[in-house]
Amino acid sequence: MTSLPVSTEKRLGLAIDLDTCVGCQACVTACKGWNDQGYGAPLSDQNPYGAEPSGVFLNRVHSYAVQPIEGAAQTINFPRSCLHCEDAPCVTVCPTGASYKRSEDGIVLVNEDACIGCGLCAWACPYGAREMDAAAGVMKKCTLCVDRIYNENLPEEDREPACVRGCPTGARHFGDFADPDSKVSRLSAERGGYALMPDLGTKPVNRYLPPRKKDVRHEASVLAPLLDIKVSGFVGWLDRVLGKI
Amino acid sequence: MNPAPSVIVFSVLSGAGFGLLFFLGLGFAQAMGWTAFLWWGMGYALAIIGLLASTFHLGNPGRAWRAFTQWRTSWLSREAWASVAALLICAPMALSDWLGLGWPRAIGMVGGVLALATVLTTSMIYTQIKAVPRWHHWLTPVMFLGFALAGGAVLAAQSFAPIFLAALALILLAIWQVGDGQFARKAQSLGTATGLDRIGEVTVFEQAHTAGNYLLREMIFAVGRKHAQRLRAIALALAAVIPAVLLAISAGPWAFAVAAVCHVIGAFAARWLFFAEAEHVVGLFYGKR
Amino acid sequence: MTVQPKIDTSPLVSDEIRKTTCYMCACRCGINVHLTSGKVSYIEGNRDHPINKGVLCAKGASGIMQVTAPSRLRAPLRRVGPRGSGAFEEISWDEALALAVSWMAPLRETAPEKLAFFTGRDQSQSFTGWWAQAFGTPNYAAHGGFCSVNMAAGGIYTIGGAFWEFGQPDWERTKLFVLFGVAEDHDSNPIKIGLGRLKERGARVIGVNPIRTGYNAVADDWLGITPGTDGLLILSLIHCLLEAGKVDLEYLARFTNAPLLVVEDGPEKGMIAKNAESQPFVIDRKTGQPAPWDGKGVQPDLGATYQGNRTVFQHMAERYLSPDYAPEAVASRCGIAADRIRALAAELAHVAFDQAIEINQSWTDFRGDFHTTMPGRPVSFHAMRGISAHSNGFQTARALHLLQIVLGTVEVPGGYRLKPPYPKPMEAHPTPHFVTAPGKPLSGPHLGYVRGPENLALKEDGSAIRIDKAFTWENPFSAHGLMHMLIPNAHAGDPYKIDTLFLYMANMAWNSSMNSAKVMEMLTDQVDGEYVIPRIIYSDAYASEMVAYADLILPDTTYLERHDCISLLDRPISEPDAAGDSIRWPVVEPDRDVRPFQSVLLDLGARLGLAPMVNADGTARYKDYADYIVNHIRRPGVGPLIGFRGDGTAEGRGDANPDQLARYIENGGFYQAHVPEEAAFYKPWNMAYQDWAVKTSFYETPQPYLFSIWSEPMRKFQAAAEGLGAIQPPDHLRARLKQAMDPLPIWYPPFGDLEASGWGYPVHAITQRPMDMYHSWGSQNAWLRQIRGTNYLYLPTKIWTEQGFSEGDYARVISPNGGITVPVAHMAALNENTVWTWNAIGKRKGAWALDDAAPEATTGFLLNHLISELLPDKGDGARLSNSDPVTGQAAWFDLRVRIERVDPRAQSEPSFGPIPHVVPQGKERA
Ligand SMILES: Nc1nc2c(c(=O)[nH]1)N[C@H]1C(S)=C(S)[C@@H](COP(=O)(O)OP(=O)(O)OC[C@H]3O[C@@H](n4cnc5c(=O)[nH]c(N)nc54)[C@H](O)[C@@H]3O)O[C@H]1N2
Ligand SMILES: Nc1nc2c(c(=O)[nH]1)N[C@H]1C(S)=C(S)[C@@H](COP(=O)(O)OP(=O)(O)OC[C@H]3O[C@@H](n4cnc5c(=O)[nH]c(N)nc54)[C@H](O)[C@@H]3O)O[C@H]1N2
Ligand code: SF4
Ligand code: SF4
Ligand code: SF4
Ligand code: SF4
Ligand code: SF4
Ligand SMILES: [Mo]
Repeated sequence: MTSLPVSTEKRLGLAIDLDTCVGCQACVTACKGWNDQGYGAPLSDQNPYGAEPSGVFLNRVHSYAVQPIEGAAQTINFPRSCLHCEDAPCVTVCPTGASYKRSEDGIVLVNEDACIGCGLCAWACPYGAREMDAAAGVMKKCTLCVDRIYNENLPEEDREPACVRGCPTGARHFGDFADPDSKVSRLSAERGGYALMPDLGTKPVNRYLPPRKKDVRHEASVLAPLLDIKVSGFVGWLDRVLGKI
Repeated sequence: MNPAPSVIVFSVLSGAGFGLLFFLGLGFAQAMGWTAFLWWGMGYALAIIGLLASTFHLGNPGRAWRAFTQWRTSWLSREAWASVAALLICAPMALSDWLGLGWPRAIGMVGGVLALATVLTTSMIYTQIKAVPRWHHWLTPVMFLGFALAGGAVLAAQSFAPIFLAALALILLAIWQVGDGQFARKAQSLGTATGLDRIGEVTVFEQAHTAGNYLLREMIFAVGRKHAQRLRAIALALAAVIPAVLLAISAGPWAFAVAAVCHVIGAFAARWLFFAEAEHVVGLFYGKR
Repeated sequence: MTVQPKIDTSPLVSDEIRKTTCYMCACRCGINVHLTSGKVSYIEGNRDHPINKGVLCAKGASGIMQVTAPSRLRAPLRRVGPRGSGAFEEISWDEALALAVSWMAPLRETAPEKLAFFTGRDQSQSFTGWWAQAFGTPNYAAHGGFCSVNMAAGGIYTIGGAFWEFGQPDWERTKLFVLFGVAEDHDSNPIKIGLGRLKERGARVIGVNPIRTGYNAVADDWLGITPGTDGLLILSLIHCLLEAGKVDLEYLARFTNAPLLVVEDGPEKGMIAKNAESQPFVIDRKTGQPAPWDGKGVQPDLGATYQGNRTVFQHMAERYLSPDYAPEAVASRCGIAADRIRALAAELAHVAFDQAIEINQSWTDFRGDFHTTMPGRPVSFHAMRGISAHSNGFQTARALHLLQIVLGTVEVPGGYRLKPPYPKPMEAHPTPHFVTAPGKPLSGPHLGYVRGPENLALKEDGSAIRIDKAFTWENPFSAHGLMHMLIPNAHAGDPYKIDTLFLYMANMAWNSSMNSAKVMEMLTDQVDGEYVIPRIIYSDAYASEMVAYADLILPDTTYLERHDCISLLDRPISEPDAAGDSIRWPVVEPDRDVRPFQSVLLDLGARLGLAPMVNADGTARYKDYADYIVNHIRRPGVGPLIGFRGDGTAEGRGDANPDQLARYIENGGFYQAHVPEEAAFYKPWNMAYQDWAVKTSFYETPQPYLFSIWSEPMRKFQAAAEGLGAIQPPDHLRARLKQAMDPLPIWYPPFGDLEASGWGYPVHAITQRPMDMYHSWGSQNAWLRQIRGTNYLYLPTKIWTEQGFSEGDYARVISPNGGITVPVAHMAALNENTVWTWNAIGKRKGAWALDDAAPEATTGFLLNHLISELLPDKGDGARLSNSDPVTGQAAWFDLRVRIERVDPRAQSEPSFGPIPHVVPQGKERA
């Protein structure tokens, strides 16, 4: 299944709001917790209590400093997981067919039973969205919680990715980008959602909603004193103020 | 990229092996009997040791057979096919050379071309990776082929080996020259990678995790510049210049033996650099290139 | 081409879901714990839960790693080697309890104060306090004193409710939200959910914080204030608003003590003028005559002068109109330009007054006046330790409440809303109790709100009754005690020596103490072969740093293995629209020889024969904590939980119901009593709310009140310092009391600043909570410690470039208390005179079942070593704590330092030797 589907019925993905993400890392452990017991092998951790712990995470949140030309520096938190690219290079490089993009919804998955752990897909992914599990020897990646979003054992409202359900600020949105009326499509259109590194030709499905413009001072006129207190004195001021009732 | 020993051993040895098979297949080394046996044996040994080494890189080597399934899209799969085909098709020629059966050279030619094609597929595995700009360039297959041909020529004790070695020297100089600018030419930065350049200059405030991870180990390998320059000089000297000069002076079997050893050591250095100097764009997210 | 694999998109998630309450922090979110084959397999948020509405934070979502952590204590331990050596032997519970009783019983019979019982991250303070009261020791408090008592007390003395988690902005209606000094707070998920709602609506968020991360990173505007100067900024905003007449006069007149009269002179100088019935009164604008403050139809006159006494409003206006508070006068001190201060004032005024909103809901106020609508001012604020953890924090908190009051935005639509049982004025809280007698319970609850010098916990000779010197002239309003002074005072024998230190859930040998290295010495200090602090009993669930310093360890269960009660008597899970409480229950059984601490406490109480814990025949009254939760009656009809009382339908008041816990579990582990719609706003003055509050058991009679702009209790102390009144402070504290106990909000430089100036400590050093770690206890979590396993000191661009720092460098950080050497990193979005790090990431080698070479223990570090628990000795012999002079709140953020670049190295300094592992080092993850 290494060939990519020509087109997919749905284009499921995430819209991540960088204006709202506070960098709390909740989506990181929500993802770890769900996927540790869900699709495929558990997300192992090596040396968990040691000097150099290292484990698999399918979603990591970076924190960047951004210095505009004018004004104060900003801090922008930046979650990073698989973008479920339409032209996913990670899929076409896979020698075993373990990596594939689902024709019905565009989710990019690894069939762990077929994965030989060659790591090539991780090389091919420009976004660092794939991590090899050192214990199972297979490639792990965001599944878009394929085992949640259609899961009939879950209540309807819970059929969304664990990271979306768990994000306390609601900075992560899940939906179908092929449907122009979906929440994610609308948000992306309204807020100028963008794809990462479009020039690499991967055509990511996920969109990032850019931070709104910061540090724009309020336009309201600055408060004018009621009168010159130095001249009129406190009593004058009091009269003016209380005269207003 | 992480210069993993298994991958370096694989690509150097199998590259040289298939290069030798190429010349043997085409019949450049007109050997017969036990000489032919040794020569072909060396080609096979290098190619197969290399291929076996590559399986150490796998998380699940037991399923390696699955790598044959995706020849339509995957260069790694094509490499698997090409290598097996080359080894299979060269076999009757080897047998014929060894036992003097006199079977048509055409078989060897097909096998030899397949051997070279294997090297090409190997090189394409790297070349296709857009996320590693240094690799994503036509010079990458040229370099791999250059090594295969130069190495093969030396191992096959061909008189024109010095010319191939000289060409390899030029290729190395070129690929380093071009490679050093590749990342910059792709104009990717932390700002463009995150799309935050629309706001201002982007730097890392905090890493996503303080602990290490697979990406950092596998894709983000920083080699010191001074270190790299020194290694380049060693690679260039050992892989190309010294063997070329040596063979230009003397064409005796000992000269070829010394040149071959020298070349292979140089090839290891060059291949180490090929990985170690390659920067993956994911490093941008970590503020590291 | 291979066919696309068929995958199971509907796997069964688990065998069973049990709904309980999270405890990775004090936010108390509802969780669904999934069990597979009897083991916890997955934890997610409970969508129906009022606090988190389904979401979880990073800690909550990795709770599974906390429950399986290798650092869990496994059995009771008795110290066998020297203290701090980590040499313990496992003993049985019977031995452990007998040992504890053998230490405690004689104390109770002779000198109950020699047992000091202090609790840290505890959420059962109404229970632990009740136990300590029954024991009879005055020495009880929880962690509030080193946490945010300034916030709590500042709020309660001013508006009868606080920030902290006791109220929240009207997230659905507010249009402008200003956040002062908050990194995370206890209301972690509600604040995040709320910010998300604001962002969704495009409402504006402004962050006032020296550091721009987290909430402040998403704020639309950022004021990178210089630490300790918020009070000045706020009073300057009030100055601008007053100057322009942009204050809510109607609100001030009706709902605050602004129209009350202040006695101008005489022995009562500064007190609120009272009438013959000792009631405060106002001047009615209609008649110009005195009228009852709560009289129907009365229109209080803010500008009145009566018998030479002027209104609070006039005093207030006069003070803040002073040019001292003009933006130009405060700008450089605050590190914020004057025009930005004016612009912020204008923005506040614009939203409050020009964008006012209204809800069509009629209501009747306490005067009996009927209102057809509920007008609202959609400006809201929130603040936490950034303003409270300074020695001027109490007054700063008061100043912020005053700002809200002049904008008329407390308890109105779009403003700041309190959560039941708040609003609750200071007068409705008890006063502190401290009278002890051998073998007898204490005279009443320990902690309370002081009304005047007569409530101080002082002996005849003027010395402190409490070991932490709470409720003394040094810290009169120390409503939460001073936990950070417990060990230093016990060690110094000042005010007296104690025998047994009984600690629960507080890591006092490390991150929770100031001057940690010194505290470790105090804990092990010996005189004539005896420990200066003779006995230490400690209950922890994990192998924390503190465990090594105890003589007897009572190992607790983890949060999924026990009953807990998040009670309205304590710190409930209310929302502005509903009172709420909740429980934890054992969703899994412990696999170790551990017991829930609360049950152990009841057992100890029974063995000690403490009256409320034994039956007439001397047997234990409560089988365990669950039994207590259901059957304990605090006041007639009132118990720990308000839901499903009596026959299961009673709310708030009712008999004990044996089915209560089952009903809670059925209901998802919580209960909510909903505030009627006509009672949703204006609660302190809204009769519908007052009646509902009485019905739901928060008080026995309606308690309408006026917000205290002018604080009479404070003035009583100030007056005493001026020499008025019979009870007089010691002379060396007069000047400080005169300043700090000002009845109107005021700003003075933090004591740290005063001490530092001239000494060459130009830089402010502060900490922040990481959202993904809870104090010391997150590091044992295999997932969280990968996210944040070490910390750096962040330096602003100015210091970074001036001293030529580069990546990988270390810095020597020096305070008057000592030096540390730590790794640094650059941060541009930072106040230029401030450095900071994440709180409590540094760990002691050997603790938490981590490798001795764990980054937490090698490069990770604490700022605590730099913070002294005492203010510098002024040579007058006074041993004053490094605290707010009003409340005793630990002044963590007053710290001033000097930074010197040093070359890269492998370890932070100081580096302490490893404490031997009391549990084996963790290997593989569960
Ligand atoms: N430099 C600096 N220092 C500070 C602060 C700061 O801002 N800067 N903040 C201060 C503040 S506000 C606070 S509140 C304190 C917090 O300080 P503490 O209240 O001491 O908090 P923790 O460090 O989490 O310690 C709690 C202890 O409880 C144990 N524990 C965890 N779960 C359980 C359980 O279920 N049962 C039992 N029995 N024990 C358990 C943990 O193992 C740990 O040892 O730190 C203070 N220290
Ligand atoms: N994840 C997580 N949540 C927690 C805790 C935890 O350890 N981890 N601890 C809990 C506890 S015990 C507490 S007390 C609360 C505390 O919750 P917060 O009050 O949010 O506590 P801090 O992290 O101490 O945050 C103080 C903030 O004030 C800023 N600050 C410091 N000085 C000043 C100043 O002078 N002015 C202004 N404007 N800002 C200043 C700091 O930069 C920081 O952002 O959090 C609780 N919640
Ligand atoms: S959970 Fe939401 S707010 Fe938190 S880091 Fe993830 S995306 Fe950001
Ligand atoms: S983000 Fe990476 S792993 Fe995901 S589809 Fe795109 S290339 Fe593949
Ligand atoms: S690691 Fe697995 S999924 Fe990735 S390319 Fe190799 S076989 Fe395919
Ligand atoms: S969609 Fe699921 S797998 Fe992907 S990042 Fe979110 S939680 Fe992880
Ligand atoms: S905020 Fe996080 S740790 Fe605290 S109770 Fe809620 S989910 Fe648990
Ligand atoms: Mo705290």
